[in-house]
Amino acid sequence: MHPAISVVLLTTLIGVGQGLFLALYTGQIYSMLNLLPVQNSQNFYALGNLLALTFLAMGLFASFFHLGRPLRAWRSASQWRTSWLSREVIILPTVMFFVALYGVIHYFGWSEKQLFVINQMQPINLSLFVGAIATLVTFLLFVSTSMIYASIRFLPEWYNPLTVINYILLGGASGFTLATAFSIYVGADVGSFYALWAIILTTAAFITRSISLLRNNNLKPKSNLRSAIGVRHTIIKQKTQGFMGGSFNTREFFHNKSLDTLKIIKVMFLILIFLVPIILLFLISFGLEYLAVVAFVSQYLGLTLERWYFFTEGTHPQNLYYQTVA
Amino acid sequence: MKQLALIIDLNVCVGCHACVTSCKEWNTSGWAGPMTDVNPYGADPTGTFFNRVQTYEIGTFPNTEMIHFPKSCLHCEDPSCVKVCPTGASYKREEDGIVLVDYDKCIGCKYCSWACPYGTREFDQHQKVMKKCTLCVDRIYDQTLPESERKPACVLACPTSARLFGDIHDPDTEVSKQIRENGGYQLMPEWGTNPSNHYLPRRKIHLKIHEDELQRSDNPLKKEGLLPEPPKDQQSLDFMSW
Repeated sequence: MHPAISVVLLTTLIGVGQGLFLALYTGQIYSMLNLLPVQNSQNFYALGNLLALTFLAMGLFASFFHLGRPLRAWRSASQWRTSWLSREVIILPTVMFFVALYGVIHYFGWSEKQLFVINQMQPINLSLFVGAIATLVTFLLFVSTSMIYASIRFLPEWYNPLTVINYILLGGASGFTLATAFSIYVGADVGSFYALWAIILTTAAFITRSISLLRNNNLKPKSNLRSAIGVRHTIIKQKTQGFMGGSFNTREFFHNKSLDTLKIIKVMFLILIFLVPIILLFLISFGLEYLAVVAFVSQYLGLTLERWYFFTEGTHPQNLYYQTVA
Repeated sequence: MKQLALIIDLNVCVGCHACVTSCKEWNTSGWAGPMTDVNPYGADPTGTFFNRVQTYEIGTFPNTEMIHFPKSCLHCEDPSCVKVCPTGASYKREEDGIVLVDYDKCIGCKYCSWACPYGTREFDQHQKVMKKCTLCVDRIYDQTLPESERKPACVLACPTSARLFGDIHDPDTEVSKQIRENGGYQLMPEWGTNPSNHYLPRRKIHLKIHEDELQRSDNPLKKEGLLPEPPKDQQSLDFMSW
């Protein structure tokens, strides 16, 4: 498939935003259980959520460039019963709303307000409650974004639960890496906590993404020229696809990149997403804290390459019909 | 329920592209148009087409057979392109099973084209919406046309009558009969999309006539022609009383 830059940016940017929110909320839960020092509501949570919201908004902005008719985008919320794209269109603004609400609650210090007490032991305040809802919709967004690709059975490289797992883990990893850089930047003493989780998530993502890369190497296409034109013969050759100029079929479904280019991109994203950030995040514990920003930039750049590669991996059965120009 | 469809006879198609040009001519100026061309006379020309004729070579030269293969939207009975549409712009008509795009609702996200294994949907670069074969829905019901012309433009254009049009759910139509009797098949049946358009395979149209079929080998006189008339006074088989 041809990788569209707008979709590459959309999926990676909202992945960072979702991951960063999850990181902040995880931090709050750890603080509540007295496993981490409590952070400042305004400087840490409100600002951090603003950053997460910025990434989500940039992703939303990028998505409009994928549409032929962006002014009609509101219509795409109507078919949520059958279309994962429609579900994503509903859930993305919902996530943005709850992430913003969670940030606002922290900004105005409403998080102290106690809603109810669990088992007469654990008080639950407003921000924990809203954060729980935001966490739920954040995961729903991960699922619906990835299911847009994982639900198309014609593309065997995407039609697999690994697609969903990779989107969650890669988004989560980049969010926790950003949370590390962010907490070091604002001077919060939770940088090493986020760094540890970022290393764990990045390692997990490396394992699942590697499995999907290996799996995609050995896929056998379900369709072939015999079933495509319905002729039962072992030797079938296309003499002409019917036209010499370009068409939507030849633009949208072919990436037209050489195998060497693809190989370089693959090695590059494996280094930029996994190797470099893990080493840099590890070095943070040796006092080299400024490296967290470098780790995030490297991981994000790597993610754009990974998403680009993800699209080129998809081989569509329609390509069988467009092999020869004559 | 009615399901209109095209039947394409690969045994008859000569690959003249008349259906391609006729389709473009009718639809670019009609309900489904325009079918925009970009750089039609310049470098790297491209454009929107609902129908294309491709050519395949079967076998190894010189023992080959050429297949001219027209391909347009197959109007699947279970269209996966419709289900993924986020706006409801893609729909399958209840009354006749034609799959259509509402250009006023389409946002041009191209998602439906990913969900079609046949590559029959095209993004119009001028109007920025998805377009596809409409089975000439704007002419097959047009009461102002004589009834013989209420057919898709490609069917009317075909000089060899390789394209047939009709309701494949009605067992008494010509198309149903052709599918039944001439081995009509669907493209990529492995996906379960159940396309309505069917293709008729190449079939042997020559008959090998052997010598003994021309001359009756059981003729005792070893020659063809009228048998000699039996004498009047003798009985022949005609006079036998059984």
